[in-house]
Amino acid sequence: MKRFRRHGQESQRDRLKQELFQFNKTVEHGFPHQPSALGYSPSLQLLAIGTRSGAIKLYGAPGVEFMGLHDENAAVTQVHFLPHQVELVTLLDDNSLHMWTLRAHKGLSELMEIGRFTLTGPPGAPPSVTRVTAVLAHSSGELLLLGTEGGHVFIVEVPGFRELEERNISLDQVASSVPDDYIGRRNLEHIEALQENPVNPNQVVIGYGRGLMVIWDLEKQCAIQHIPATQQLESVWWAEDGGYILSSHSDGSYCRWMVSVEEVNEEEEEKSDIPYGHFPCKAISKIIQLPTQEGPPFLLFSGGMPRASYGDRHCITVIHSKTHVALDFTSRIIDFFAIREGPQHIGDPSALVVLVEEELVVIDLQTEGWPVIQTPYLVPLHSSAITCSHHVSAIPLKLWERVIAAGDLQSTHYSKRPWPITGGQNLAPDPPQRDLLLTGHEDGTVRFWDASGVCLYPMYKLSTAGVFHTDADPNDNMNQGTEGEWPPFRKVGCFDPYSDDPRLGIQKIHLCKYSGYLTVAGTAGQILVLELNDEAAEQTVEAKVVDLLQGQEGFRWKGHTQLDVREEPVLFPPGFQPFSLVQCQPPAVVTALTLHSEWKLVAFGTSHGFGLYDYQQKNNVLIKCTLNPSDQLAMEGPLSRVKSIKKSLRQSFRRIRRSRVSLRKHHVNNAAKLQEANARLEAELAEMELAPVQRKIEARSSDDSFTGLVRTIYFADTFLSDSSHNTPSLWAGTNGGCVFAYMLRLPPVEHRADEPVTAQSAKEIQLMHRAPVVGIVVLDGHGAPLPEPLEVAHDLARSPDMQGSHHLLVISEEQFKVFTLPKVSAKMKLKLTAVDGSRVRRVGVAWFGSSRSEDYGESGLVVLTNQGDVHVVSLPTVKLQVHYPCVRREDVSGIASCVFTKHGQGFYLISPSEFERFSLSTRCVVEPRCLVEVPLLSGSSTQRRPKPDVASSAHRNARQDGEDAEVLQEIQKSLEGDQTETCSLKAGAVMVMEAMVCLPQVIPGE
Amino acid sequence: MVLSAVPQPTSQPGSRMSRQQQHRTPLKLTDNVVEVKSKFEAEYRRIALKRNGPGGFTEFYRLLQNIHRIPGVDVLLGYADVQGDLLPINNDDNFHKAVSSANPLLRIIITKSEGEHVVLPTDSLQRRKKGLGLTGLRTSGSDSTRSKNKPGLMIGLPQNFRQISSIIDVDILPETHRRVRLHKHGTHKPLGFYIRDGVSVRVTSQGVEKVPGVFISRLVRGGLAESTGLLGVNDEILEVNGIDVAGKSLDQVTDMMVANSHNLIVTVKPSNQRNNVVHRGSKTSMGNSGSVGSAGSAGSALSHDSPSPASQSNPITASNSIAEGDSDDDDDDGDLILENDCLTPYESHRVTNSNNTNLNRPLPQSVSLPNSVGASLSDSSVLMSNHNGNPAHTSSSSQESMREDGNIITL
Repeated sequence: MKRFRRHGQESQRDRLKQELFQFNKTVEHGFPHQPSALGYSPSLQLLAIGTRSGAIKLYGAPGVEFMGLHDENAAVTQVHFLPHQVELVTLLDDNSLHMWTLRAHKGLSELMEIGRFTLTGPPGAPPSVTRVTAVLAHSSGELLLLGTEGGHVFIVEVPGFRELEERNISLDQVASSVPDDYIGRRNLEHIEALQENPVNPNQVVIGYGRGLMVIWDLEKQCAIQHIPATQQLESVWWAEDGGYILSSHSDGSYCRWMVSVEEVNEEEEEKSDIPYGHFPCKAISKIIQLPTQEGPPFLLFSGGMPRASYGDRHCITVIHSKTHVALDFTSRIIDFFAIREGPQHIGDPSALVVLVEEELVVIDLQTEGWPVIQTPYLVPLHSSAITCSHHVSAIPLKLWERVIAAGDLQSTHYSKRPWPITGGQNLAPDPPQRDLLLTGHEDGTVRFWDASGVCLYPMYKLSTAGVFHTDADPNDNMNQGTEGEWPPFRKVGCFDPYSDDPRLGIQKIHLCKYSGYLTVAGTAGQILVLELNDEAAEQTVEAKVVDLLQGQEGFRWKGHTQLDVREEPVLFPPGFQPFSLVQCQPPAVVTALTLHSEWKLVAFGTSHGFGLYDYQQKNNVLIKCTLNPSDQLAMEGPLSRVKSIKKSLRQSFRRIRRSRVSLRKHHVNNAAKLQEANARLEAELAEMELAPVQRKIEARSSDDSFTGLVRTIYFADTFLSDSSHNTPSLWAGTNGGCVFAYMLRLPPVEHRADEPVTAQSAKEIQLMHRAPVVGIVVLDGHGAPLPEPLEVAHDLARSPDMQGSHHLLVISEEQFKVFTLPKVSAKMKLKLTAVDGSRVRRVGVAWFGSSRSEDYGESGLVVLTNQGDVHVVSLPTVKLQVHYPCVRREDVSGIASCVFTKHGQGFYLISPSEFERFSLSTRCVVEPRCLVEVPLLSGSSTQRRPKPDVASSAHRNARQDGEDAEVLQEIQKSLEGDQTETCSLKAGAVMVMEAMVCLPQVIPGE
Repeated sequence: MVLSAVPQPTSQPGSRMSRQQQHRTPLKLTDNVVEVKSKFEAEYRRIALKRNGPGGFTEFYRLLQNIHRIPGVDVLLGYADVQGDLLPINNDDNFHKAVSSANPLLRIIITKSEGEHVVLPTDSLQRRKKGLGLTGLRTSGSDSTRSKNKPGLMIGLPQNFRQISSIIDVDILPETHRRVRLHKHGTHKPLGFYIRDGVSVRVTSQGVEKVPGVFISRLVRGGLAESTGLLGVNDEILEVNGIDVAGKSLDQVTDMMVANSHNLIVTVKPSNQRNNVVHRGSKTSMGNSGSVGSAGSAGSALSHDSPSPASQSNPITASNSIAEGDSDDDDDDGDLILENDCLTPYESHRVTNSNNTNLNRPLPQSVSLPNSVGASLSDSSVLMSNHNGNPAHTSSSSQESMREDGNIITL
């Protein structure tokens, strides 16, 4: 009969589905995995990061972000913005060049690839002739100079990528004019650097790997000057006044060369220095020098550390006047640049932006002590490895403010200055609600992120390590080095992947947004209950031990031991403070956790059983052992075996890292080495994954291992014993397809503190198919999921229907099954695995609002399968509604990391450091909506200085006339006013300039 | 032979009963007495039977006829074993087996033998005759089958055996393919096979095409798969319970098979094509005789499921409806539900748990099986639930079970 579908109803339902569901991957949060290139446009105030997977990401003001992906799966090795334009050029590992642009479409900018180009050499030439090693985007915005491994410079017209063959600078042209005494006129090697003369765009300096630098006149097509450096060249910097050139070398030295105005080759090496000298040093890979309005310039360079003692450090040295600091990063430096003040970005350097492999660090160069500016985006989510995550939608304002206040107290060491990268306009509407994403980390911390909008912003960090004795002494790794240490290191950045004790790792989190109670559970069977307190407090946290084996004999736990609890009082800073600790015995990882703040109960489960804890009376209410007597594997403790795999992986990664001397180099042997290492790793991984090529087909049995592992735990106020009285109940589902239900008796509120809470076994359901139970939901009389505790009390949810009969929905990895309550009998089900072979990995309940009518919406289950597909399953009828491919099926950790929000969005890790945000809802979509305006290009390429640039002042365009007048008046006043402080006068002068530049633009604009 | 209709012992409260069984300390009464509950049409009778008493099938048969007041009516006897399979009682051997396996309840189901010889469904009770149990146009019953089993030939009747596997849908599949059903329930044997990835060669109009496929890689010695002789190493797996596995990964196929393991139907392309079912005559004559002669067991042809309404439909549409039918099938709704409404303290309740986790053990009385298994096993309201002293509940659940009964058992 089912074959005869009722067409009318079907199409109506289809239409409704379209109004309710749509799938979008909206934004990536966090820090890009394996960044490989950095670019910056001072005129657009946009930052660009390229990654080894071929992604290109642009960031401006908070909320302004763009992402593009190259079709080729090759690493981005260089990113260059065309000066004063919205185009940028990327160079990939496969030697292809790509032109990207920000195109406005319907009032929003989109990042689009508009062209690609690969250099073609003369026929028969080796590939090294055209292998691009250096790119210079000429300030005219029309030319691209490409230096190659073969030592040639190709000149290409952009944006069309038209080769201007007649203007190419071949190696022969240069080599013929090299002075004879230059080391016997040996091979000049590849082109390492190309720089334009800041004051004369016709002059470029060509730096060869050998060390030779040639100043070339593009107009006259001849060499003007030769700079005969003899050390392997690493980078070149042309000083702003055009008067001299800085070169850095592989021996850790840098040199300063005067540029002679005359045609005569009267080159002169003015100064050469090995800053960390005496002993052999590592290369200085990049050097820049920026003048200040008054006083000495800033000199910044990366590398150059003494090879033997500090060769493994990742440092950028900043020298300004007498201040000399070696900023010590925790991961490899990719690239860095400095942001300069003023409308034309030629003022004092205000901030240093450093891209290291695992984070972006921005240093405020204008505040004493050069503090770090907290980044509003690109935060390293993985500063310690993420072990779990938990999302809480629609946070009440009060809790939100208290969390922010607690977080502010933690971030006092950050600079007070605003974020210096401000390009583009964020046009996204304000998020409709406040959402929190909580991530648990390997080092025992829980981080609170503002996940309401496009920027995942850190709010607060909770550390649970203080409750326990750990091997590491907190005073041990202080940031400041000892007095007089040379080089003067200063640790910066927060990426610290090495956990003191993996047992501290957070495995489960549950936050009650109404009461501010939080419970977190960890790897060593520890469950902490925390309370939000605005004051610091000193208290002792006592552990309550729970023996989940309940006297089952013949078991010996072979895993890790429990953590040592500090017995003395511990001072907890304002924020979430632990007041109760439950220690499971055996100390196996906690696999299920929930908290009911109205009943003041916490329920938890491990691979051995589950328990119920009354955190008001600090008492155990219930302990239930679910362990199968024949299951010895459950006592192994997963750590030992998992660790060995992890360890070997880590070792292989280290091997690769070691073999990778410098990614910026494009020597064939390095690339080959890298590829070799990669191939080796891939082979190892493949071997690891594919070793068992056959799969056993066997029905599940009660004797399987880990059948007693508690997968899910759930509180519900429902009809458990009879259909007229609803009672509090606790539900637990195991890996072996068993569901336990307990009826809870809570004393009346006035006796809550002294009368005991009791739990009585009410039901047990053994699912025939024995698949792991991953979710339990009770549906009310209307078929809607029961609301969260306190949700009704806060008027944020409709109270559940207690008239109609309730239903129990058990979600196993294989099927969804609805049972009646209180008499448990199967009502309907949806099979997943038996039909398509996919299994439920993650499940959540979500509410979907219709995009067409404001008041229509329905609840549904959101499901992520092991095939990486997301499904929406209707409630209470358990029917598949829609499904979309979401995660690659091979991406096991991505699938495991997925969390769903209550409004049909979700997050999963696409790399250890990035969350992909997706939305299944038509109504709740958080995606970047931003606009970057094209700067008005004025002036020709012969212009001595870059023209004032409109894009940078895009936000000023919005300013009203009146305001401008006010600003002028203010400037006037400051000029006429006290002139005792020259400094303020200078600042005033700068401001006048700025205003002058701005005004003419504003007026025609209106 | 001593057979006496003694009164049924009063049933114990559920939780206590289950504890007894757990400790293997049955009541004195049940030590040597078997509770027999027999059902004929809608009537139930309860008697007690000495376990070790002499007597054989004939006496028992007469006794039941008397108790049900149907002397002279030809009936077939069947009993439900611990797995819920309905097994026949038609000789002394299986009668004794039935009595000895009763623990302590022996459930007898009596069916009228229509005319002569009606094949007792050899299929397990908890399976519905939907979906794959399609045999084409075999509405006339199994007359031709019966003619083969004339007494004198020392071949046991099909109802004397427990079915462990069958070749099905021979008439609608290409000759090169074989659809095998493995009956996991009722045996303690593991399914016992492994699958692997491989390359399948297909002949298409463009020539030979190589596509990834899934193959049987190993049979476990003594396992169900090996003992049937219907599956072999290097057989290509084409379908699992009617669902095409093309394009599915090895893990997906594994999961599908495990999810269907209670009633696994695999369509394979045997690597050894010599033992294929040969269709004699034209394919359109789907006569029963055409599908005999397979390499399987003697019961392979006989094991076609008994006629069901679905089997009367066109074989082609029936074949198309396999997937749908299977997904709607409630054949695995045998969830064990333990209702503990008498609210014993949980500490003492722990004991019952370990028993319930093992399906292969006898079901304690406090366990109710609301679905097909349960319905077939527990048509007694006393057994069904232990809402002690709650007659309203008892009657409702009884009705429920009767209703489900009607859905499932088509004797």
